[in-house]
Amino acid sequence: MSLAAVVVERNVVTYRRQWIAFLTGFLEPVFYLFSLGLGLGALIGDITLPGGQVVSYPQYVAPAMLAMAAMNGAVFDATYNMFFKLKHAHTFDAMLATPIGPRDIALGEMAWSLVRSGIYVTGFLLISLAMGLVRSWWALLAVPAATLIGFVFSGLGMAATSWVRNYVDFDYIQMALVPLTLLSATFFPIEAYPAQVRWLVELSPLYHGVVIERGLMLGDVGPGLLVHAAVLVVVGSIALWVARRRLAHLLLK
Amino acid sequence: MSNPASTTHTPGVLPTGTEVLIEAVGLRKTFGDFVAVDGIDVQVHRGEAFGFLGPNGAGKSSTMRMIGCVSPVSGGSLRILGMDPALDGARIRARLGVVPQQDSLDGELTVRDNLYVYGRYFGIPRAECRRMATELLEFANLTDRADSLVDPLSGGMKRRLTIARALINSPEILLLDEPTTGLDPQARHVLWDRLFRLKRSGVTLVLTTHYMDEAEQLCDRLVVMDKGRIAAEGSPRSLIEQWSTREVLELRFDEDDLSPHARRVEGIGERVEVLPDRLLLYVDDGEAAGRAVHERGVRPLSSLVRRSTLEDVFLRLTGRSLVD
Repeated sequence: MSLAAVVVERNVVTYRRQWIAFLTGFLEPVFYLFSLGLGLGALIGDITLPGGQVVSYPQYVAPAMLAMAAMNGAVFDATYNMFFKLKHAHTFDAMLATPIGPRDIALGEMAWSLVRSGIYVTGFLLISLAMGLVRSWWALLAVPAATLIGFVFSGLGMAATSWVRNYVDFDYIQMALVPLTLLSATFFPIEAYPAQVRWLVELSPLYHGVVIERGLMLGDVGPGLLVHAAVLVVVGSIALWVARRRLAHLLLK
Repeated sequence: MSNPASTTHTPGVLPTGTEVLIEAVGLRKTFGDFVAVDGIDVQVHRGEAFGFLGPNGAGKSSTMRMIGCVSPVSGGSLRILGMDPALDGARIRARLGVVPQQDSLDGELTVRDNLYVYGRYFGIPRAECRRMATELLEFANLTDRADSLVDPLSGGMKRRLTIARALINSPEILLLDEPTTGLDPQARHVLWDRLFRLKRSGVTLVLTTHYMDEAEQLCDRLVVMDKGRIAAEGSPRSLIEQWSTREVLELRFDEDDLSPHARRVEGIGERVEVLPDRLLLYVDDGEAAGRAVHERGVRPLSSLVRRSTLEDVFLRLTGRSLVD
């Protein structure tokens, strides 16, 4: 693990100079919270959760936006930045000339994207708290739980990026992220879908993340959340394994 | 330190009593059907400067990547520092310095941070990385650019920084892939000077080049590579002695077809090479050969006598020029 930590350190040194670029990914879910949560939410009124709890619409949306912050934080580094280092800057080629191996790179880059994701999530949680959108002490677990979301999207992002040929290909990744953001029971409950298509939503890792965060921040906690967490762990582990294999394949020819 | 050059002047005879750092036997590298390296035998000894000379596509870089433990061996065997790259890649790389052909400096970091962070890649403690970075900035003559980003640097500066970076772990072997390609003559000489200094301090240099002057300047011993195979091996001097004559008479003509001239000068030297714009006569005495050419009534545009170089060796071995 020690050399993976050095991969993280390289990114820390880099971002000391680029902290503004660091912040951009944080703002998107904040904008959503204000526009859809507060703005549109005023027209929607209260929501009744499956457990019978009644919450305001901003309270309903905030956990989903927190999950989205976790996703964004991880995806940025795992896709664009990853591609840049892989194909243009030859950052990884330089690393591989040292004792660092593909496994260290995959783990290190993932750890870094989790750090970034964690910072976004913490910031977002504090905003939600200030706005009175947190209803339970379970919310203390929101940040660690968001690590699972970061884990999945970091792994998926890196794996997907290993097949990207040029920057145009990122349109496909973007094309996948938009419906994921909008349709993963983020802005309306999964019950709104016809029963036949709910399985589609359940394929979305973000959906499982949203359910966990919503449960924690609104105090609607049950053993079912562990199942959702398990889904994230399994998908993330597979993605990480694929990413590491692909990196070795691409870099060690 | 022993002087390896003095022990290796006989071609084909390996120096005895010198530690072998790199040993390849029947080494092969294939990409699908394409054979990049086709069974080469190489031994590199501690303290020497060893070169792979050959044109682009000869298999030099593929060989270097295998030695650098970033490219799996397709066949044959390879031992580096007594270890197997397939099993001990990380441990070997910890003791290598690599100067790749393609610039891989970190464009997001300053000159100093490039050295510092690279040192951290080896797990070297932070304070030691800082100290080494300062020392290597001095070595690379880049102290006054320490806080600049990498991009504005000239090609020569970047290459010096890359070499400095490769030294951060005090490597026993420094691998240089085409170290001066793309540099202007002055920058090349500055770089050669740095490499001489390293060699004097005991670092084993392994380099590839398609410049015969670079090979002659830097290498104690080299192999001539062509199409994935080794065509000849020895010191620059011994290779020239073995495969070429002492002098070369170059005759320039302003004509399209030089073969009639070639036939007329036949027999004056050991052999005649026909290039697009000139004839090369391989002779022991260039002046005398010049007179003989004149006696046969051949009137070149200009003529020139020079010593044989590795370029002539390569031409002899492969029938082609090094740089095309």
